[in-house]
Amino acid sequence: MAVTAPRELDARSLRADFPIFEHPVHGKPLAYLDSASSSQKPRQVLDAMRDFYETSYANIHRGVYELAERSTDAYEGAREKVRAFVNAESEREIVFTRNVTEALNLVAYGWGLDNLGPGDLVVVTEMEHHSNFVPWQYIAERTGAGFAAIPVDERGELRLEELEAIAARGRVKVLACMLVSNSLGTINPLAPLVEWAHEQGAIVVVDAAQAVPHKPVDVQALGCDFLGFTGHKMCGPTGIGALWGRAELFEGMSPFELGGHMIRKVTVERTTWNEIPHKFEAGTAAIAEAVGLGAAIDYLGEAGPDAIERHERELTEYALGRLGEIPGLRVFGPPAERRVGIVSFDLEGVHPHDVAQIVDSEGVAVRAGHHCNQPLMTRLGLAATTRASFYLYTLPEEIDRLVDGLHKARKLFA
Amino acid sequence: MTELDSLYREVILDHYKNPRGHGIIDAPDVEAEGQNPLCGDEVSIAVAFDGDTIREVRFQGRGCAISQAATSMLMDMVKGRTAQEVAALSREDLLDEVGIPLTPVRLKCALLGLGVLKLALHKGKGTPLPDEWTGLEELELS
Repeated sequence: MAVTAPRELDARSLRADFPIFEHPVHGKPLAYLDSASSSQKPRQVLDAMRDFYETSYANIHRGVYELAERSTDAYEGAREKVRAFVNAESEREIVFTRNVTEALNLVAYGWGLDNLGPGDLVVVTEMEHHSNFVPWQYIAERTGAGFAAIPVDERGELRLEELEAIAARGRVKVLACMLVSNSLGTINPLAPLVEWAHEQGAIVVVDAAQAVPHKPVDVQALGCDFLGFTGHKMCGPTGIGALWGRAELFEGMSPFELGGHMIRKVTVERTTWNEIPHKFEAGTAAIAEAVGLGAAIDYLGEAGPDAIERHERELTEYALGRLGEIPGLRVFGPPAERRVGIVSFDLEGVHPHDVAQIVDSEGVAVRAGHHCNQPLMTRLGLAATTRASFYLYTLPEEIDRLVDGLHKARKLFA
Repeated sequence: MTELDSLYREVILDHYKNPRGHGIIDAPDVEAEGQNPLCGDEVSIAVAFDGDTIREVRFQGRGCAISQAATSMLMDMVKGRTAQEVAALSREDLLDEVGIPLTPVRLKCALLGLGVLKLALHKGKGTPLPDEWTGLEELELS
């Protein structure tokens, strides 16, 4: 029996697929260390969208002509790719959204407004991105439900020992949790959280925006109830994301946005809803963007999700080592084996915005700020951090250039 | 001189490391504060008047070098002047003093202190504010 060796990722040759790297910044090659914010796009995705517009574009679903059928096939074909990408049971469980924020709002409004009330408790985490925090806080307030956040320890990991005390505060109906932290790269232990939440009778809503670009994700293995992600962080275009949800939950939910396509029959007296997933896709969809997302899924599949994960882990280990050489630099978050390629840090005496500006002059793009994580920053006692994040096209020498830039910042502010 | 050298020129770094007019006033007549949520810059300013004249002005804050240095320079500029004169300062008056090229994002850093001071003067002496700021308790530049 043939044994296949694990696939290796060749970041250097993959880079040739990304036209952005042909364009210097401040006269220097671009070292793009901000992929957690948004990834760059390979030619394969850009070509797929252009080709679709040039050969197959029309509005979808209602047209009887050949072109509309081709366009519909491309859009629904992208849905099938998303289904396979997260290993959902059926395409009926995949709703296209504008981004992960819209996916999470869809659940908060569509499920939360009908199912939450006084005595109920919505549980989020302190490390949650504002997109899986603020909608739940708002819907809890509107429905009279309570709201609690699982605290984070000083290493940026969830304090699961607090779950019992949280459960005592009300009937837990929702657990909203990110799979991977956008600020710290922490991979959260979802299995015990899902088990705990289901014991309480709660649904589990997962923000997988920082997970699916970097590691294999299987919704059936995770055992959660909803999972959202966005296209632009995984080599796809902006304006497209997806929500997976259990069919029986989607069936029972109220629509989120209303209008064209999401209806079955409209009369002056009453309107009935289209079948899922169309019930949740009002108006003309981001058709070409869905096609682009499908192409991105193909591209990541070619590279190999396991190979991407290994490549980023090596980079993260390398980065943690090199950053550790810099005096006065404090790295946040867990050790490399429990995080993806995201490294947040503080350089003593230099504000993150100054750090980002100084390394930018060397062509190195990093993000500085609160990363839409204000409760987490408060917990860590920070106003902001500098964050470097890696992807399949990142090279070790780009981390070296970041380190050189940080030495320059230290010297300037010494 | 490179772009970076001109941005972080010596005078900016000096004001950042040794801010002028930094600290608190024991019995201020008025205080105001503000944030630039984008970067997490924070500035609070306390003013004591002698009539309409700014007798004492001090700031506290944390944030990037540009926000803190520009506020420090502002303290030097306004002490001893009247509330009305300072309320009439334009952003260019401060930016000329700061004297460095700024991108739109960093412009907000540089102008945070001036906005907070104008809010304090408005609270203390009723000097005019841009329409969009009236009724604000805290300034938020976003």
